[in-house]
Amino acid sequence: MVRAAQRNPSANSVSDRIAGKSLTLAALLVAALILWVVVDVLWQGAGRLSWEFVTTAPSDVGRAGGIAPMLVATMLILAVCLAAATPMAIATAIWLAEFAAAGRALRLSLDVLAGMPSIVFGLFGYVFFVHMLGLGFSILAGGLTLACMVLPVVTRACEESLRALPDGYRLGCAALGVSRAATLWRLQLPAAMPGLAVGIVLGIGRALAETAALLYTSGYVDRMPTSFSDSGRALSIHIFDMSMNVPGGDRGAYGTALVLLVMLIGINAVVFAISTWWSETRLEQA
Amino acid sequence: MNHYEQLVPLHAQSRPVVMDADSGRRDYIVTRALSMHYGERQVLRDISLQVAAGRITALIGPSGVGKSSLLACVNRLTDMLPGAHVNGELRVGGVDASHAATDVIALRRRVGMIFQKPNPFPLSIWNNLAFPLREHGVRAKSQLTEAITTALQEVGLWGEVKDRLHAAALSLSGGQQQRLCMARALALQPEALLMDEPCSALDPIAVGVVEELIARLRGRYTMLIVTHNLAQARRLADDVALLWPRDGAGELVEQGPAAHLFDSPRAAVTAAYLRSERI
Repeated sequence: MVRAAQRNPSANSVSDRIAGKSLTLAALLVAALILWVVVDVLWQGAGRLSWEFVTTAPSDVGRAGGIAPMLVATMLILAVCLAAATPMAIATAIWLAEFAAAGRALRLSLDVLAGMPSIVFGLFGYVFFVHMLGLGFSILAGGLTLACMVLPVVTRACEESLRALPDGYRLGCAALGVSRAATLWRLQLPAAMPGLAVGIVLGIGRALAETAALLYTSGYVDRMPTSFSDSGRALSIHIFDMSMNVPGGDRGAYGTALVLLVMLIGINAVVFAISTWWSETRLEQA
Repeated sequence: MNHYEQLVPLHAQSRPVVMDADSGRRDYIVTRALSMHYGERQVLRDISLQVAAGRITALIGPSGVGKSSLLACVNRLTDMLPGAHVNGELRVGGVDASHAATDVIALRRRVGMIFQKPNPFPLSIWNNLAFPLREHGVRAKSQLTEAITTALQEVGLWGEVKDRLHAAALSLSGGQQQRLCMARALALQPEALLMDEPCSALDPIAVGVVEELIARLRGRYTMLIVTHNLAQARRLADDVALLWPRDGAGELVEQGPAAHLFDSPRAAVTAAYLRSERI
């Protein structure tokens, strides 16, 4: 026992150091990978980037001109997706976290849905939105398909952030005779807002990156969309098309990828800013 | 006009509390044959408890015997606990409170609750009190100010926080947080306070301050306090009720004036329980 106790500290410190170093290495590797992608996109795409690039329509099948129609189509698709998914996700999350002790079946199906390949959602969207509901290849069909796709991710993230709140809020409010609706609206949702924002940002990330599900729901017409029932080409599809189908389209693809990256960061910043503002003003006025 | 008038008029709903003709004692909280289950498991059996108006009643007994559950029955917080099921009679302030149709919002306004762990909301000190007041209809700034000031003074917190009412309540110390929670309950002008081991999460100095506050509130509120600490029960309680487990469920073995129960307990388990504490 004594010998073991004597030996252990040094053995521990060696294994501790090895473990510590390998964890650091793993973290550095991940960071390097991300940095590599960002630098690569910046390096290759920056030369293509200009005011013209984001404000004009493509010409010569994308080799020249800009990406304005895709930018607009992407924003419209994302707007439809968020408008449909966010309220539904938050409502479902509230129900799961607050009212459904036995929501196991729904939770399980959400987890299964979250792991479903996006091409399956695309197929569903093609059959249901494009054909059965007769929306055709349109921004509406694409946005709603994406909404189905991000719904499980956003719902589960929102549910977790509501569940993470101390029970003392809920019981404390009840014990003060504060109604359940007021507890939710004035206290729980504002307090959970940072977590809800993370959920929404996760959804936005997935939606902006999506290509497969949009190919056969919103289509890939590169005209400027004039309404939600127009077909529109998302930036991700444009990247795919430029790099796979257009010889000499690589530079355009990188430029588009850079715009997509900047857009993702910009939208996330806006979401966090809005959520912080909403949470603070709500809690201040509670 | 003070803020009481904005609140639900309590006494319009209350009927006279139960009066014992012999002693002149009025019971504010009365349970008869109250039982409680969590799912299949019985946690309380046949509890017939009387809590005298304006007095401090300590609810004592070993851990897990159902003291906190009994407290949750009184303000119907049991409605919010999944799987909890209560039978039997509960009268609060002379009103039947065991009915499914009971207005629990009004009941909980009349019967405040203090939890074991201080649970201030993630709001400013001011809003911790203003939020429930607003929800109960007190909206005018002057009335809010009056109610909040009075409640903070009542718990002795006013002097400590009056210059930083808009600071986060979570920045207060544990003892201050607990007194803030008491002020939050008192601002609603309740008739009774249920306290679930209100001092167990506090340091000794804070315990002294909170105990002193509870003693000061004697006579103005009916107080039912769960405590593990028999010394605290001796210091504070006018009446004591002992819960003891039998076949896994808590039963009320003895209740009465603190002096009688501590000095000459009738039940053998009470005597044994009190003896075990002295050793």
